[in-house]
Amino acid sequence: MEGILNIVSWFLLVFGGFLCISGAVGLLRFPDFFTRMHAASVTDTLATAMILIGLFIQAESWLVQVKLVMVLLFVLLTSPTAGHALVMAALHAGLEPVLPKQKQASVEAGR
Amino acid sequence: MKTQTLGLVILLVIFWLVNSGHYTPLILGLGVASIGLVVLVARRMNVVDEESIPFHLSRELPAYYLWLLKELVISNYQVVRRIWQFGLKLNPAIESIDITQDSDMGRVILANSISLTPGTITTSITAESITVHALDRSSIAALKNGDMGARIRRLTR
Repeated sequence: MEGILNIVSWFLLVFGGFLCISGAVGLLRFPDFFTRMHAASVTDTLATAMILIGLFIQAESWLVQVKLVMVLLFVLLTSPTAGHALVMAALHAGLEPVLPKQKQASVEAGR
Repeated sequence: MKTQTLGLVILLVIFWLVNSGHYTPLILGLGVASIGLVVLVARRMNVVDEESIPFHLSRELPAYYLWLLKELVISNYQVVRRIWQFGLKLNPAIESIDITQDSDMGRVILANSISLTPGTITTSITAESITVHALDRSSIAALKNGDMGARIRRLTR
């Protein structure tokens, strides 16, 4: 049992780490602010969740486990709000999303 | 408002006890004082209502969270695949979508669920429509005929 839990926990931690790195790589590779937000939200959601669940399995007391669940809940509730605020600020400041050529008309509709 | 106040007190007590870990009279007294102050301020600000403490959702919420978790995993996979692909081929789009939520609560849950899933982000929202920026045009089509809206309508009914 201990061994299986350890394997599951380590899988979650390593895969969560890989997703964090993926988010960072996407942040560098993607072309504009808006697409980069999508890359960053990989780190915000599944990467954070996997690392916290991995730590949840490793935690020694239930107090620590409850706190880890709280961290996860707060991250999942606040990160979309922060992301929405950033995107709205960018649009208000006049930043245009980079879109495929023929779709320019829908930019006007979206603002 | 009475049940909401009671619920807020219980939630704050649990939250405080779990986070503190010290159970001496002085610390417990400080806890009681701070919770009392928070509840008093919250009631004076008129923010203790069904919107800030939505107990009526709690029975349906776990099922919605499970479904959202599944969506999260799928959309994470799609974005990560695009991050690592050779020769970046992106087809981003921004578009308005009609929504059919009756309540403010439903609209907020919809907007936040869209922002939470990677690959789509809410840029603005009105009573009838929601503007979404997507990493790939297909996610907007999926939102248009997807069942996220229907699920949230059932949740907030």
